[in-house]
Amino acid sequence: MQLNGDQRLEAYRRMLRIRRFEEEGMRQFKGDKIPGFFHSSVGQEAAIVGACLALRDDDAMTGTHRSHGHPIGKGAHLDALMAEVMGKEGGICKGRGGSMHFADNSVGIISESAIVGGGIPLATGCAFSARVRGVDQVTLCFFGDGAVNQGTFHESLNMASLWKLPVIYLCENNGYAITTSLAQSHGQPDIALRAAGYGMPGVTVDGQDVCAVYEAAAQAVRRARAGEGPTLIVANTYRFDEHSFGLVISGEPYRSVEEVEAHKRDRDPILLYRTVLLEEGINEESLGAVEDEVAEAVKQAVKFALASPMPRPETLPDYMFNSPLAGQYSSAAGLERN
Amino acid sequence: MLTDAQKLAPTPGTHIQMTYLEALMQAQMEEMDRDERVVLMGEDISVYGGDKLIERFGRNRIWDTPISEGSFTGMGIGAAINGLRPIVDLEFASFAYLASDQIINQASKLRYMTGGQIDIPIVFRCCMFSTGSMAAQHADRPYPLFMNVPGLKIISPTSAADIKGLMKSAIRDGDPVLVFEEKRLWPLKGDVPTDPDHVIPIGKADVKREGKDVTLIAIAGAIRPTMEAVDALAKEGISVEVIDPRTLKPLDHEAFKTSVAKTGRLVIVENGHRVCNVGSEIVAVMAEEAFDLLKRPILRLSAPDIHVPFSPSLEKDFYPTKDHIVAAVRRLL
Ligand SMILES: Cc1ncc(C[n+]2csc(CCOP(=O)(O)OP(=O)(O)O)c2C)c(N)n1
Repeated sequence: MQLNGDQRLEAYRRMLRIRRFEEEGMRQFKGDKIPGFFHSSVGQEAAIVGACLALRDDDAMTGTHRSHGHPIGKGAHLDALMAEVMGKEGGICKGRGGSMHFADNSVGIISESAIVGGGIPLATGCAFSARVRGVDQVTLCFFGDGAVNQGTFHESLNMASLWKLPVIYLCENNGYAITTSLAQSHGQPDIALRAAGYGMPGVTVDGQDVCAVYEAAAQAVRRARAGEGPTLIVANTYRFDEHSFGLVISGEPYRSVEEVEAHKRDRDPILLYRTVLLEEGINEESLGAVEDEVAEAVKQAVKFALASPMPRPETLPDYMFNSPLAGQYSSAAGLERN
Repeated sequence: MLTDAQKLAPTPGTHIQMTYLEALMQAQMEEMDRDERVVLMGEDISVYGGDKLIERFGRNRIWDTPISEGSFTGMGIGAAINGLRPIVDLEFASFAYLASDQIINQASKLRYMTGGQIDIPIVFRCCMFSTGSMAAQHADRPYPLFMNVPGLKIISPTSAADIKGLMKSAIRDGDPVLVFEEKRLWPLKGDVPTDPDHVIPIGKADVKREGKDVTLIAIAGAIRPTMEAVDALAKEGISVEVIDPRTLKPLDHEAFKTSVAKTGRLVIVENGHRVCNVGSEIVAVMAEEAFDLLKRPILRLSAPDIHVPFSPSLEKDFYPTKDHIVAAVRRLL
């Protein structure tokens, strides 16, 4: 299963949308327009987009604290995402979630967890629901190499295998959990081997190669839809920026400047794919058109986000409950400070 | 300007200015020097101010763990039962939920359930990152939840000298102690005794400001707007006594009663959510033990019963501010 005609340019478009969104986000962060944390996915675009493109529109997904790439990879509109990182009313989560929690339900994202490993059981449950309801929806679960050490990973993979749930566990293995390398935190650093312990296939792919990720994911989607159960895919990738924007880590460096530079130079997933597309006969003009379109979409998103108002303080309790009980917000009247 | 080394060097009997965070680090450093059974474990320790500890004690005493809160917390508990005195740093207090099964079902209960056959001398550090758009999964203040668990001691001091003295007590204590520090207090400077045996007993409140009109009990990070409010009120001639419980479990009932006996009025300010927080407990204690001392109803200020929002416009007034506190005190007069 390979990326077909239209998908090939779409893969390029979505990777570029992630890259430009993140770059613009970092600029806005510097300009004090974005509060809180900002974890960028620059360098990891192929792992995200390759996996997302293997899904149907009605398939579900969960993500992580490094949350911006996932909805964009699944095709989300940029405006409400940019507004969300700025904490605006027009944000996809109405300013309640922010940078680490970009849940865009319109593209099937049920949540992004800033609790490392927190989303893995949710994805498993989402797949369980599809199984119980007898629909052929698949769930894609993103997590990092660090999350593999959480108990949730082990317990979820066991249940998914036991009940042959239609879920794909996709590890964006960028080699580090903040400052902690794989070697410092994994008794078995070959993460895909862990799948064997749960009776499911474990596949390692080059996460900088969008086609390779797509192929592995498409294969896993086929298995899942056919009722054959879960797959663990480990996409080896790299984070080009610091763990989160502006984070300064004192003490001994945990990765060398040379290592980072070499990845940026030789392993940039977007540059690698651009070369492939040119070799396959897609001309500069078509690529240029995509690049312009993406630049325009990001510009528009910033415009939308800047113009969107801040949420009004009196809306603070909104969205707490689906059906509030009478009197529930007399306690929120802690707001009025008695 | 003093260098870090100068600031951190112990000279018995003197005081030195340092921040809350430096005092916390110094407490750990001195206790690790004093007792080689003390070890520190947690994720990315250097990111949260621990690089000096790594330099000094090396990797056999300082453990960067995998992201496995439930399990490394349990490992710490096992190690404590078996001869070490671990400090488990959970960083964000919100992550204490992942560790809560081990803290509650194991650490708090095992001494009791084994009829006192074992001791669990362990410290859990949980920092409350309640501002700065962390959003709901990183901004919790879960101390009330743990207060409802027997078998745990809980401290939440607010000054540099207090965090140093209480942290040292916690490390020397033979039982599980939870430390709820507050990120907003990290940069606050204060005079700290350099005596390596400067310890403050767990369970003793401190009067941070003497006054006669109203008693104000401030918990953890709430001390900052409280002090601003008290200064503003003083200019109007209103004299507020400020009490910092420092230890949340056990609470120092006598200190509260002594003060209310003087003022007859009580306001409690904290950043926890409103329902069943530490204020609720203090109100119950006062109703049971000191009802006669009160001239007016007790007022509680807290965060509302709503999750911490991301957007700065919603987060801005989420916790009690100076103005809220001033208004509450005025209402009681
Ligand atoms: C339960 C929990 N523990 C710790 C953290 C702090 N933390 C945030 S991101 C992170 C590293 C995650 O590493 P990984 O899963 O590899 O994802 P990456 O950041 O590399 O994308 C840590 C330790 C957290 N958010 N949640």
